[in-house]
Amino acid sequence: MASNAAVPFWRAAGMTYISYSNICANIVRNCLKEPHKAEALTREKVHFSLSKWADGKPQKPVLRSDTPEV
Amino acid sequence: MLKQASRLLSRSVAAASYKSATTRAFSTELPSTIDSTFVEAWKKVAPNMDPPQTPSSFMKPRPSTPSSIPTKLTVNFVLPYTSELTGKEVDMVIIPASTGQMGVLPGHVPTIAELKPGIMSVHEGTDVKKYFLSSGFAFLHANSVADIIAVEAVPLDHIDPSQVQKGLAEFQQKLASATTDLEKAEAQIGVEVHSAINAALSG
Repeated sequence: MASNAAVPFWRAAGMTYISYSNICANIVRNCLKEPHKAEALTREKVHFSLSKWADGKPQKPVLRSDTPEV
Repeated sequence: MLKQASRLLSRSVAAASYKSATTRAFSTELPSTIDSTFVEAWKKVAPNMDPPQTPSSFMKPRPSTPSSIPTKLTVNFVLPYTSELTGKEVDMVIIPASTGQMGVLPGHVPTIAELKPGIMSVHEGTDVKKYFLSSGFAFLHANSVADIIAVEAVPLDHIDPSQVQKGLAEFQQKLASATTDLEKAEAQIGVEVHSAINAALSG
């Protein structure tokens, strides 16, 4: 039943819902008027540290900051 | 044999109702939906340990359909960074579901709706508040509570029309020059969202 439903174009192109939703949000944020736009851009900032683990110990962490969907 | 079955059934029902009859005085008290035969077997093996709790014993009971339709809809409208409306009692909300604009009144059928970029309007008496939502979901519960979640929601006067026109033109161009499926999809999303904002500003 579900397989007959038309998939949305973004899913057919291999995008997940969360990417779609984040792209929509970024577009809306870019269309704002000035004071609100600056606030909104602070919300877009992404900052995280990623460390791979080997032998039960974390390896050197990779710091990722302000990158769009990776 | 049938007598046996009915006796066993009545025994487990009696045991279950005994448990629910005692009030939840202790945090280890089990809700009546736990299998009483399991609990009895556990007590035989480990009488000094409490039987394990299951996730359902931590859950609050699901909202049930009230017998008469409430007069007001309770709206919880949340964004990732703020709670825009919490438990606000309103008359109606119109949400931009992917299947079209959906009007939600108290007593609406329980629904989970995916939202597309569009306008959500909250009606309270003669007061109408409009927000442009980027995308999200709306959960309508049986007890006339609506949980609407969106990633971005802006009042219409926060939007800059010239930026929208510029963005629309830019994404239309990207769509024309896109090569991979993914680029096409991204450009298509851009065109759709900008068109939705344009329609929202003019409509």
